[in-house]
Amino acid sequence: MGGWDRFVETFFNAKVMAKYLPDILSGMVVTIELALLIVVTGLGAGLALALLRSLGIRPLNWLIIFIVDLFRSLPPLVIIVLMYFGLPYAGPSPSGFVSTWLSLALVLMAFSEEIFWAGITSIPRGQWEASRSTGLSYGQTLFNVILPQAFRLTIPPLTNRTIAITKGTALGTVVAVTEILGQASSAVSNSYNPSPLMMGAAAYIVLFFPVVVAARWIETKFAWKR
Amino acid sequence: MVQKHIVEARGIHKHFGPLHVLKGVDLQVDERELVFVIGPSGSGKSTLLRCLNRLEEPSSGSVVVDGIDMLDPKTDINHARQRIGMVFQSFNLYPHMTALGNVTLALRKVAGKSRAEADTLARKALERVGLADRADHTPGQLSGGQQQRVAIARSIALEPRVMLFDEPTSALDPELVGSVLEVMRSLRETGMTMIVVSHEMGFARNAADRVVFMDDGLIVEQGPPAAIFENPAHERTRAFIGQIQRH
Repeated sequence: MGGWDRFVETFFNAKVMAKYLPDILSGMVVTIELALLIVVTGLGAGLALALLRSLGIRPLNWLIIFIVDLFRSLPPLVIIVLMYFGLPYAGPSPSGFVSTWLSLALVLMAFSEEIFWAGITSIPRGQWEASRSTGLSYGQTLFNVILPQAFRLTIPPLTNRTIAITKGTALGTVVAVTEILGQASSAVSNSYNPSPLMMGAAAYIVLFFPVVVAARWIETKFAWKR
Repeated sequence: MVQKHIVEARGIHKHFGPLHVLKGVDLQVDERELVFVIGPSGSGKSTLLRCLNRLEEPSSGSVVVDGIDMLDPKTDINHARQRIGMVFQSFNLYPHMTALGNVTLALRKVAGKSRAEADTLARKALERVGLADRADHTPGQLSGGQQQRVAIARSIALEPRVMLFDEPTSALDPELVGSVLEVMRSLRETGMTMIVVSHEMGFARNAADRVVFMDDGLIVEQGPPAAIFENPAHERTRAFIGQIQRH
């Protein structure tokens, strides 16, 4: 057997791959579920915090800034582990899935709050003044004038950050979440062959490549037309 | 008969931190009057204008516009502001909307018009500023003069009782100034009450009923344009008029 054949036999073993394909596919489903939950709740909470912050209530803003800085500085893995292994001592014992979801959603919330906030504050004061001078309320101005402009500015950094954090679903494997990487590594230990890991890599590409392409498309579509 | 002023500002003070920008300004404006406010930069002209619709909160004093106490916390400020149009130096059009969208926004959200009603009113307003054919253009596709005219349409569509102009032509290339002044002149002919902060002295001479000269947070003197420009009573006014006429 030549070097190439041994390589293929080891990393792309057809028999092993066929056997563990269903596991990888079910892992993909879990990853998709997890990713969607993280994106929806993380971005939603991030936007909500940015809107709260725009009200300019000092003590509230200090709290928001503290929370945001905390979750931006902690490694996501640490948060997941703390939530899964630490929280039960305080009462609730979230499953691995819930721990991963909440942890990554908190991280995405923190980063996206900063991005939304930067977007809101980058809109010139004159936009607020023009809108308020025609009688629109604070909220009407925010939703009709400020946010539509702020969103366009935030799309590129937001998509980058969202992709980076949703890829962190792989961290769920340390708390026994049966997502792609979790399925792949248990298949590797059961089959004594790394081929499932290659399938896992392929699964991530299949999932995230279209997201990256879609993000690029959204960025061009909403590019600033002046 | 007691003359009823449509704008009645009394004893307005405004502090920005340690800066005392307005030092007790009184300004009364009659209905259908066009008042020009001139003065060196930093004299408080723009701040005074912005106090009239409470974009700036005066530190003390009173502002009554069209019978509404603007500084009363019980006043519905958003409702009151509909009656006071404001045009800014930098236009401040909403860049993500068309000209029509810019004009209809407040009509729909504040005046409570349906989309169809708002469209009709907005097109009428755009026609008044000579831009009926630009309704579907975004601000980025319009020249500075056209943008400023859309901004005027955005205000007049709400049928304000008073219009405030804050250096409306200062950001424009010289060849575009005329079109904006033309719109302001036609607005004047409809009897709109206007308070204009501007350096367009030629326009002031021709169109203003009264010129107010401000310096260092106070109104130094005021009167008909001819009197202020030809025969100013105060040394500071004379110096200012001399300076701008040299250019």
